[in-house]
Amino acid sequence: MNLILIAVISLGAIALISALILFLASKKFAVFEDPRITEVAKVLPQANCGGCGYPGCSGFANACVKAGSLQGKYCTVGGQPVMTKVASILGLEVEEAEPTVAVVRCNGTCEHRPLVSRNDGTRSCAITSLLYGGETGCSYGCLGGGDCVNACQFDAIHMNPVTGLPEVDEDKCTSCGACVKACPRNIIEVRPKGKKSRRVYVSCVNKDRGPIAKKACEVSCIGCGKCVKVCPFGAITLENNLAYIDPNVCKSCRKCVDVCPQHAIVELNFPPHKPKIAVVEEVDSTKTIETPKAVEAVAVSVDSPKENNN
Amino acid sequence: MENKLFVSLSPHVHSEDTVKRNMHGVLIALIPAFFVSLVVFGIGALIVMVTSVVSCLFFEWAIGKYIMKSKTTTIGDCSAIITGVLLAFNLPSNLPIWIIILGALFAIGVAKMPFGGLGCNPVNPALAGRVFLLISFPVQMTSWPVVGQITSYADATTAATPLAIMKGVINGTSGVSLNQLPSAWNLFIGTNAGSIGEISAAALLLGLIFMLWKKIITWHIPVSILATVFVFTGIMHLVNPVEYARPLIQLLSGGLMLGAIFMATDYVTSPMNKKGMLIYGFFIGVLTVVIRLFGSYPEGMSFAILIMNCFTPLINIYCKPKRFGEVAKKK
Amino acid sequence: MLKTFSIGGVHPQENKLSAHQSIIKAAIPPQVAILLSQHIGAPAKPLVAKGDTVKVGMKIAELGGFVSAAIHSSVSGKVLKIDNVIDASGYPKPAIIINVEGDEWEETIDRSDTLVKECKFSSEEIIKKLTDCGIVGMGGACFPTQVKLCPPPAFKAQCVIINGVECEPYLTADHQLMLEHAEEIMVGVSILMKAAKVNKAFIAIENNKPDAIELLKKTASSYPGIEVVPLKMKYPQGGEKQLIDAVTDRQVASGALPISVGVIVQNVGTTFAVYQAIQKNKPLFERVITITGNSLAKPSNLLARIGTPLRQLVDACGGLPDDTGKVISGGPMMGKALINLDVPMTKGSSGLLIMNEEEAKRGEIHPCIRCAKCVDACSMGLEPYLLAQLAAHGEFERMEKERIMDCIECGCCQFTCPSNRPILDYCRLGKNKVGAMIRARKAKK
Repeated sequence: MNLILIAVISLGAIALISALILFLASKKFAVFEDPRITEVAKVLPQANCGGCGYPGCSGFANACVKAGSLQGKYCTVGGQPVMTKVASILGLEVEEAEPTVAVVRCNGTCEHRPLVSRNDGTRSCAITSLLYGGETGCSYGCLGGGDCVNACQFDAIHMNPVTGLPEVDEDKCTSCGACVKACPRNIIEVRPKGKKSRRVYVSCVNKDRGPIAKKACEVSCIGCGKCVKVCPFGAITLENNLAYIDPNVCKSCRKCVDVCPQHAIVELNFPPHKPKIAVVEEVDSTKTIETPKAVEAVAVSVDSPKENNN
Repeated sequence: MENKLFVSLSPHVHSEDTVKRNMHGVLIALIPAFFVSLVVFGIGALIVMVTSVVSCLFFEWAIGKYIMKSKTTTIGDCSAIITGVLLAFNLPSNLPIWIIILGALFAIGVAKMPFGGLGCNPVNPALAGRVFLLISFPVQMTSWPVVGQITSYADATTAATPLAIMKGVINGTSGVSLNQLPSAWNLFIGTNAGSIGEISAAALLLGLIFMLWKKIITWHIPVSILATVFVFTGIMHLVNPVEYARPLIQLLSGGLMLGAIFMATDYVTSPMNKKGMLIYGFFIGVLTVVIRLFGSYPEGMSFAILIMNCFTPLINIYCKPKRFGEVAKKK
Repeated sequence: MLKTFSIGGVHPQENKLSAHQSIIKAAIPPQVAILLSQHIGAPAKPLVAKGDTVKVGMKIAELGGFVSAAIHSSVSGKVLKIDNVIDASGYPKPAIIINVEGDEWEETIDRSDTLVKECKFSSEEIIKKLTDCGIVGMGGACFPTQVKLCPPPAFKAQCVIINGVECEPYLTADHQLMLEHAEEIMVGVSILMKAAKVNKAFIAIENNKPDAIELLKKTASSYPGIEVVPLKMKYPQGGEKQLIDAVTDRQVASGALPISVGVIVQNVGTTFAVYQAIQKNKPLFERVITITGNSLAKPSNLLARIGTPLRQLVDACGGLPDDTGKVISGGPMMGKALINLDVPMTKGSSGLLIMNEEEAKRGEIHPCIRCAKCVDACSMGLEPYLLAQLAAHGEFERMEKERIMDCIECGCCQFTCPSNRPILDYCRLGKNKVGAMIRARKAKK
């Protein structure tokens, strides 16, 4: 009996003293944190993907609360609904941002790009790009090593074994930009999703002169400039033998698609093509079936060293 | 049109060294000890050995295929065979088959495969299996048959090992004294009771020489263990020659040789550079002697190696190889 | 006891198939492509344009920066165009393409074989002349020679080491050059000593070339200050830091230049080119290249013009075998695999190795068994297994702490790995990323 009593008393005393120490410590070392940070963090998706440019969701929440404005802050995973919630917690105005998606700008499938050598090294784009220009004649295009697939946290990008190119699953893609950073060739670009996921873009990043590019790949941009001429909105620029469609200017009229001799300009999720009707309204009114799963099968071959060196 | 050429980063040539070659080398180095065990323990040794190797192979294959669902099997790399042989070497030759199978299951299924198979296990699988059996079945694991009963297996009569005699002396058991210990020569060639593989120091040293010659292992671990044990037990012997046996007897008895040559030198669980290897060997030696002389078990080798296996990652972080240009040899 | 370097190293099979094949002059090709970037540093700036007529030895491109080298035409003819060609790096690089017409040399070049021993130039004049003649290190790295000879003022050279080690398997170009041009090399060494203002030079040769050691020892006796040092065979003895360690017992600290221990290292090929540039007025437009391979009909040492398509050199040695699986520019340990034979020869092309399909394919990769053989083999005292793991997991900051930038990419780790792991692939990736990180950090400051 005595024994039990001693045990109870001694343990109880230890517990009391420890509790006291903890209590005092928590008072003394308490750090004030804006309670709104926790609130904001709660509504964020907690994917910690870094797509917003901050280290994880709590970093983003912290930045939102401290900045006092939501200018330039956007959670790519949660999109507009989450940003609205964040804005309501903080009592701020939310910026209207168009949803974006990752786009693979290379269409150099096994059929389009004949192999000229066999890569026997480690299957990693980063390592292959140290080694040489790639297994095909195109030294700008997709290396097919799947670094983007490994970088994706959302299981939204996969290699297509038939084409050897990565494909973005639009429903899963949060446009966090991890694949863009992972690609040593800068083939993947984050572009506005477009109305009904309809997009037009140049699916090539080859900066070689026309004949060389053409020899390397059947669907390469040869820098002929036809698309630049035909574009009524001035959305297309030609630099280093490569056309680029500015998504903010492009009205998706698709004139460039028809005119491209190499079929390097790709249109996605549009209803079946009627070459003569090229007006946007016309297309919208047709109200065709929504593509259930917009899978993008595009692989690009491009390299822009400037962006590379970040 | 010529072939499409292979392209890869340099180097474009290879030493032709393979994992298999190293594993085969270890197996060849184990042959003399196995041969001695066959001569000494006869059919018992054979039964234990075959059971252990077959069950290790089976568990590696079955776990890989049915539990880990990997498409390729890893039994081809011979590492499971080595685990099986080493496990058998650490068992008495009259151990019941079902206990051996349990040991193999623990070695492969607990110590090796869950961590990712070859190259990822934190501790030596064979030793983990052995220690598991030692703790679970202390009676069966510590009754060694008298040597020379070539044709008997489970019914063999048992005898005390030299280490048990030493422990008895230390514990003050009546009727035992260091005089009952066999001579160093007998221990060297292996005519005493003990686990299958540990009895003959000569055969094990032959294996060591072979592995050193083939550059499968380096001298650092075995030599540092043996030297530490020799020096430490030597000091203890000088302090109290009545209670503590001579260092040479300590070196030649029990699983010390087997452990120092084949178990502690396991690639996966030993440190990655020379300095680390020496530290690792030193502490194995110290721990072994501490357990032998002051612990409750007569043999401390297995425990010492397992403990140091766990410290290997720390040793790897602490010890770095000598970098080029770090210390200018001459200014 | 022969000297060698102190840490790591491996012993690959020598396979010096073309040893003692005397140097043959290769035919002049119908067209050459002379790359503008054949050296480390800024690419050269072209001085010619489409349609210009050039002569052999004419300067066609000038220095593009402090660390750069001039480039000279190796043929006479008309400039066809300046265009991108794929070089040994596997990427298109700008090159001057010349259609060959005849073989007309600049008159200033002394084409006779007479040995000119006396060097009448001062140190500065020699360095200027080397710059004009576009001399670069011909061991493979192609570091402009004049930059090496002008160390930063804080350092002072004490000796010159001539690298005649040729530790790469298969290659024999330097060996043969030493055998055939011992006297010229000695004069070249004297010139380099004069340029670097030192009075001691070592010629380091591995003991697998006893004839070269003997010959050079005999020749060196009449040249003051030159000593031939036989070294024990071990790869990568030809690495600059390893060679200095082997010859002088001094180790160059991490990140430091060889000059910090008072040493300037030059290749024997470079030394010969220096002799020709100073004494014969001949710029660097041709070099000795080893064409070799187990399946090749006639492994040889050829004297070929820079810019010659490698295909033509292979044809001169019996043509490309049908079972070719890999073509390597340089030696098998550090050379670069080529995508085809249309790559032009450069100043750094020390060899061309043809491997058949079976030799070429990398072995199957097994899991790392932590055998620590790579740690033993690493000639820089690094832990390749750890570096490879870190690179695969993208932990580049930690790689920097583990001194990935010390890696000389010698390939010993991957050569020795029993699991056939692509250790060096990952180390290169790490080196590349960490290098970029360091540059970004410097740019920020």
